[in-house]
Amino acid sequence: MSEVSADANKSAKQNNSSANVAELESDNPRRKFLTIATSVIGAVGVGAAAIPFVASWQPSERAKAAGADVEVDISGIQVGQLIRVMWRSKPVWIVRRTPELLASLSSVEDQLRDPNSDVEQQPDYAKNQYRSIKEEFLVLVGICTHLGCSPQHLAEGSFAEYAEGIPEGFFCPCHGSKFDMAGRVFAGVPAPYNLVVPPHMYVDDNTIVIGSDEGVA
Amino acid sequence: MKNWIALILFVPSLAMAAGSTVPLEDPKIDLTDKESLQRGAQTFMNYCLGCHQMQYQRYQRTFTDLDIPEELGMQYLQFTGEKVSDYITTPMPAEDSATWFGAPPPDLTLVARVRGPEWLYTYLKTFYVDESKTFGVNNLVFPNVGMPHVLEPLQGTPRLAYEQRLVDGEMVDRYVGLKSDGNGRLSDEEYDVVLRDLVNFLEYSGEPTRLQSESIGRAALIFIVIFFVFALLLKKEYWRNIKK
Amino acid sequence: MAGFLAWIEARIPMMRTANMHAIQYPAPRNMNFWYVFGFLATIVLVNQIVTGIWLTMNFEPSAERAFASVEYIMREVDYGWLIRYMHSTGATAFFVVVYMHMFRGMIYGSYQKPRELLWIFGMLIYLALMAEAFMGYVLPWGQMSYWGAQVIVSLFSAIPVIGPGLVEWIQGDYVISGATLNRFFALHVIALPLVIVILVFLHIIALHEVGSNNPDGVNVKHPKGSLPDEEKTSYKIHEYYTSKYDIADDVVPFFPHMVLKDMVAFAVFLFAFCYVMFFAPELGGKALEHPNFEIANPLKTPEHIFPVWYFTPYYAILKAVPDKLGGVIAMFSAIAVLFALPWFDRSNVRSWRYRSGLHTGNLIVFAIVFIFLGYLGGTPQEDWKIFASRIATIMYFGFFVLLFLYSKHEKTKPVPKRIPS
Repeated sequence: MSEVSADANKSAKQNNSSANVAELESDNPRRKFLTIATSVIGAVGVGAAAIPFVASWQPSERAKAAGADVEVDISGIQVGQLIRVMWRSKPVWIVRRTPELLASLSSVEDQLRDPNSDVEQQPDYAKNQYRSIKEEFLVLVGICTHLGCSPQHLAEGSFAEYAEGIPEGFFCPCHGSKFDMAGRVFAGVPAPYNLVVPPHMYVDDNTIVIGSDEGVA
Repeated sequence: MKNWIALILFVPSLAMAAGSTVPLEDPKIDLTDKESLQRGAQTFMNYCLGCHQMQYQRYQRTFTDLDIPEELGMQYLQFTGEKVSDYITTPMPAEDSATWFGAPPPDLTLVARVRGPEWLYTYLKTFYVDESKTFGVNNLVFPNVGMPHVLEPLQGTPRLAYEQRLVDGEMVDRYVGLKSDGNGRLSDEEYDVVLRDLVNFLEYSGEPTRLQSESIGRAALIFIVIFFVFALLLKKEYWRNIKK
Repeated sequence: MAGFLAWIEARIPMMRTANMHAIQYPAPRNMNFWYVFGFLATIVLVNQIVTGIWLTMNFEPSAERAFASVEYIMREVDYGWLIRYMHSTGATAFFVVVYMHMFRGMIYGSYQKPRELLWIFGMLIYLALMAEAFMGYVLPWGQMSYWGAQVIVSLFSAIPVIGPGLVEWIQGDYVISGATLNRFFALHVIALPLVIVILVFLHIIALHEVGSNNPDGVNVKHPKGSLPDEEKTSYKIHEYYTSKYDIADDVVPFFPHMVLKDMVAFAVFLFAFCYVMFFAPELGGKALEHPNFEIANPLKTPEHIFPVWYFTPYYAILKAVPDKLGGVIAMFSAIAVLFALPWFDRSNVRSWRYRSGLHTGNLIVFAIVFIFLGYLGGTPQEDWKIFASRIATIMYFGFFVLLFLYSKHEKTKPVPKRIPS
């Protein structure tokens, strides 16, 4: 009885070891296939399970609502006046420029770092000398491209203190950056880029929507 | 111990009215029936929003989920708030409504998850004239409710109906159900449809993601079955030589 | 790569630890369905922690904002609803798994020597888990959150002398309020999870020190030198074990064999979990109670107050005793008596496979009584239920008394020396 069981044990052990060999070598193609297949399916599962966690970091409905477009009535803006609105918690300026101001834009270009707006700080429809859709109205995000302070609008000659011969412009008090009345940055100041023109469009002559520009080239 | 439990149960002079024994009817919820949900939304905005709000649900989300174009929604369904992204709030001030009704009308965003659609449907169906109450109506599902029968213009004036029946040799009045006077804009069947659509909408607003959840769920379950098959085969492969 | 691993290994024993505890750990080969629940419990713990962290990103723990912030997560955060349901379904799943895990310990005598401390750690985890779940349920600040907290915290007022003061101290206010919510948030989010993770770590260390039990209760680590060479296992088992014991073909290496077995169990579990989560997250009001979709109102008590299903057996025991302090003592005793289980059982036969029919009956009746108590504690009160819950409470404690009485001279069957084929 014990001999039989000893023999059985021995052959079981041999079976074990040969099975052992087989699995240690993992040459066994069925095993290899199943291992890879299961691992791949498992990896896909883990990836799918990760999606909700990653996606939940996207701006929520509340964030999107707070960051929604802002409609501005521009009919009341006087010539030469600047108004300020909030869009996505940032100040946005709308300036109604005089014809003289528009004419003078060329004369400052030799002092500017990027007079042709080569750097992508504006949508395509604002990539012109006036940096706007309509010449008269300038729309800018009022945040200095240096370190984020909000520049001052200096008009009626007060800008000349910082830029000789130029009566009007934007001056940032934090580190002295200067921008012209198209939001273009002067050379030799800390700010590297022109002021950002936000996406915007005219729904009619009296209303600008800031935040969208669907359908406008 | 018993006293203490009794105490908890007796703070209910302010507690919810005890449940009634009216059998609850099934409104047959179908969240895929977008037209029903649209009609329900319309009923809600026209009849309920005066007093109740859905402060956790935004208009915009409602329009998107129900396939209502934004301009139409803002024009026909949005009576409060400025922007389409606003929450569905009521113009009625809370302190005043508490004074007028005894308690502020509850927010209805989640009421379908608290009460269940059968309760809501039967509740809206079983108002009846009761001169002894402030607003002249009572309710079979929620006895002594503080709510007026807002949908009376649609249902007509509902009354408890009695009929003479022979019981034990005597003619007695037996309660046979609710009957409308017929002075409403809708027939009984049409009113039932309005209620069903409204409850359908309330069920939607309680959990706007239900359909999406079930859709993802089906895909997930199929995937898990596939994984199970491969995991089982792989396990058996390695366990083949292990003695049982 | 090999050089890099060697550099790490010389400085922190990464591979040695993995080999000792996860790869070359000797697992009894006859571990069955009852043995998957420890692994599943760990998975659910990870789930609760990860989904919990994500929920904390948007949850606002103030009495004014808690309820609204949960609806914000459900409606306005991308996939917030899914993360929330993973967490709530996970809480129910945790207790299903843990109760099965504990019952396995009872039927196979996994609490007996030398595993008494392992059982104690497990009971401590169970206790911490109940506290964690209770506080978590308060956070959404629904009607059941508020009133459930009200009922349970006020239990402590039954303690003589210090009771009422203790209740105010726990609440941080004269009633359950925002102060209570805020501190429960802190405890639920970091304090208790830390305690639980540490306890689980200790639980596994204690397990690996004495080795896993198995359905036959047979020792799989044989005295050194007691087995002939050809009976020793041909699998690679870590020398931490083989240097002290002779290991035979009673065991398989944990990796890949047990890991693969656990993967299959995981797939089955995941199917049930996902079915509930995607199609029935409320589980008919058992997992997410209906009154909790209404914001907490201190002036309006719900018609029926029940704890969530996993507490209902203890709630029934609490209500069974017609005295407030008596009920509290009974309830806590019901848990205390579980701690002492290793000492109630005076037999040294572990598994119910080799013990008397009386023992098998006792265990099955215990399970039925526990479930019945759950039913009694989770449904509206009726007259017959008061009587029934008293009988059931007596039977609950009766399990331990009977066990103590018969286990010393119980008629047992001979336990095999090796795991039978």
